[in-house]
Amino acid sequence: MKLVLKVWRQDGPDAPGRLQRIDVDDITPDMSFLEMLDVVNERLTLAGERPIAFDHDCREGICGSCGVVINGIPHGPRPGTTTCQLHMRQFRDGQTIVIEPFRAKPFPVLRDLVVDRSALDRIIAAGGFISASTGAAPDGNAIPIAKAKVDAAMDAAACIGCGACVAACPNASAMLFVGAKVSHLGLLPQGQPERWNRAEGMVNAMDQEGFGPCSVVGECSVVCPKGIELNTIAQLNRDRIGTIFMVARRSLQADNS
Amino acid sequence: MDLKSSAPGGPVETAWSRHKFDMKLVNPANKRKFNLIVVGSGLAGAAASASLAELGYNVRCFCYQDSPRRAHSIAAQGGINAAKNYQNDGDSVFRLFYDTIKGGDFRAREANVYRLAELSTAIIDQCVAQGVPFAREYSGYLANRSFGGAQVSRTFYARGQTGQQLLLGAYQALERQIAAGKVTMYPRTEMLDVVVVDGCARGIVTRDLVSGKIESHGADAVILATGGYGNVFYLSTNAKGCNVTATWRAYKHGAGFANPCFTQIHPTCIPVSGDHQSKLTLMSESLRNDGRVWVPTRSGDARKPSDIPESERDYFLERRYPAFGNLVPRDVASRAAKSVCDENRGVGPGGRGVYLDFADAIKRSGETAIGERYGNLFEMYERITDENPYRVPMRIYPAVHYTMGGLWVDYNLMSNIPGLFVAGEANFSDHGANRLGASALMQGLADGYFIIPYTIGNYLGSTRFDKIDSKGPEFRKAEAGLSERIKKLTDNKGKRTAMSFHRELGKLLWDNCGMARNQAGLRAARERIPQLREEFWSQVVVPGSGAELNQSLEYAGRVADFMEFGELMCRDALERGESCGCHFREEFQTPDGEAKRNDAEFAHVAVWEYSGEQKEAVLHKEPLGFETAHLAQRSYK
Repeated sequence: MKLVLKVWRQDGPDAPGRLQRIDVDDITPDMSFLEMLDVVNERLTLAGERPIAFDHDCREGICGSCGVVINGIPHGPRPGTTTCQLHMRQFRDGQTIVIEPFRAKPFPVLRDLVVDRSALDRIIAAGGFISASTGAAPDGNAIPIAKAKVDAAMDAAACIGCGACVAACPNASAMLFVGAKVSHLGLLPQGQPERWNRAEGMVNAMDQEGFGPCSVVGECSVVCPKGIELNTIAQLNRDRIGTIFMVARRSLQADNS
Repeated sequence: MDLKSSAPGGPVETAWSRHKFDMKLVNPANKRKFNLIVVGSGLAGAAASASLAELGYNVRCFCYQDSPRRAHSIAAQGGINAAKNYQNDGDSVFRLFYDTIKGGDFRAREANVYRLAELSTAIIDQCVAQGVPFAREYSGYLANRSFGGAQVSRTFYARGQTGQQLLLGAYQALERQIAAGKVTMYPRTEMLDVVVVDGCARGIVTRDLVSGKIESHGADAVILATGGYGNVFYLSTNAKGCNVTATWRAYKHGAGFANPCFTQIHPTCIPVSGDHQSKLTLMSESLRNDGRVWVPTRSGDARKPSDIPESERDYFLERRYPAFGNLVPRDVASRAAKSVCDENRGVGPGGRGVYLDFADAIKRSGETAIGERYGNLFEMYERITDENPYRVPMRIYPAVHYTMGGLWVDYNLMSNIPGLFVAGEANFSDHGANRLGASALMQGLADGYFIIPYTIGNYLGSTRFDKIDSKGPEFRKAEAGLSERIKKLTDNKGKRTAMSFHRELGKLLWDNCGMARNQAGLRAARERIPQLREEFWSQVVVPGSGAELNQSLEYAGRVADFMEFGELMCRDALERGESCGCHFREEFQTPDGEAKRNDAEFAHVAVWEYSGEQKEAVLHKEPLGFETAHLAQRSYK
């Protein structure tokens, strides 16, 4: 296959970036998208040029490291597929492919296609867990959980934290990411004691990191490689309203005592 | 080299309880005075970091990925074993212990393996409490499946993403401790050296992968949870970043490297499609529960699978191993696939593949039921190969998947360097010569949640520490050595990329130290590797400098270490003149082609000691005694 690549090149967070045109002609349809970039990088290296920096690791769609915007779509044209699992047979011979980093204010570009997504970790640290210290757990079967519940929790827990939802959102909101975690833990009995604080803490952290609000455009769910659904955001909103009532009830109790 | 196992004698059933009681404790108020370093944030590293921080220690955790959640434990698909016996099918701690020892072909330490089986049940409880959404029955109780040759159903799973869910549980526990200020996380930071002061591990030297800055970190103990070295073969199911650097650096400071030739080849991976291939993708072995493995009876048969009548198909696993059939252990299944392909009966491009056929299972249970069990795997297969496994049999071939060898550790998971602990795949401890399916997750979490937190207390409580100065001469020396090495790489004006060297090394090792090994091949590889290494250092080209984000440099450094490590792996394979588990020496087989162990001469752990550049490593042996499990030839017929 012959392709015309237009790749975002940027030396560092404060350096200006630009699209570089690279023509390639030795690509086969069974290559993965990242293997195509490997081929390009080998060539650039031997030509004495700086290879394209991009994040990747497992190359099997689960670690969430990879992710670029391909012709305007995070992770490219094939639904439910991470960049590493996208194959060149999805493209036409002679096609122009524009490759850009995930763009969002809370994801500064470190170099070329590599962005800093550590804001997502800080959101998890703000409540995206169940406080079960090692050693205190009762028997795994002590609390039966309805299959439908645990299946729904698993649907939400499938999030790989890649950040495509943020890159697709016109507001650069991380609501789908937060909604997925709040739903996963909030659907399970073990997640109930911290449920209200969790939603509040994570949304506050999201705001502080500079992610935008949700205006229910739904692009996030469309590009999500793991099919996380918009109803997780509805769940998140329900839990936030729950939080408000919880706070009100607490202050009422404090007044009465 | 002192290879005292420190395993308590006496009945293995009570060994861990007795050992826990005998170990020194650290007063709760004193724990905050200790600083610990954990390298790696996979199951073992994240679980250890979180658990140690919960106890009150100050922890610094390092990973090369941009987030601790991305460690390669996340890619484990099938499940995690635990001796819960929820299915009332005769499972017990003893049975899990016995299966693991036997599956490892009697090349693991009994006391360690028993402890692993004993702790397995607590892991499930811990993970459920964290919110891991294990599969459940309609009753609401936990579901189990039989996995990888086990005759009881003891595997817990979360769809085909068990590793992901367990790692997210540990990662969330870790993030909670980061928020509490008890763990400082260093993502995008690669450990490049371990620092030994007065004979004890007292810190590490790292490179910040964004700025390129070389930094020293002092501590009272160092825990390496840096995974396996399967990427020495270039093509493997490991993540691209997985490497041997951390454990290799420790080896060069005197830590013993145990059984490096014990590498596991997983039977069910998607075959190689071309020269550009950058990694191999595993298809969970749970597929063998319903898929039937076959090849054409006739060699060179190029017909489409649908055109080959039943009578001309060889279901070779069912034929050779009627009792276990398609569920024989990984090493046995892999070798059987290799041997039919060697007979020119392989299928697909290049002839290195066998069919894994779901037609009978779909006929029996319906497409919906099969889709529920394996839907995500079928989708993944289709995405990669452009073939639909509901209609056409899958093609699979073995690939490097896991490494049982690793740094030698005693019962406390401490290497022979005091203060250097090793957890998870990075150590050699529990799987002997072959790991059973769904046991890697169990071991990583047992080490991280339930072993290291106790044994490190014993070490800290029984050792006197001088204050460590990360500006001291040992750190300075390590920093200078690293800077020099980086400069050597970036200054070199060669004509070959690190990747081309890595591919060549990988092919050499796969051909000579892969699924089947022999003396001539291993000797040839041992001769070629030093030449290749020399070519690497004189011809490699690494663009850019050390003072920037430079992925080519990171990679070249890892390849340089693989170049040294590969030689030791071949040496170990050469010295072990027997076949056991995944280590199959063609000279040592039974008349019907099965692995032939030699317990009289090789019932030991082979531990290698570094003795300097250009010098042969020295072999030490830790003898293995079997008092509880009885040495027996494995038979799956």
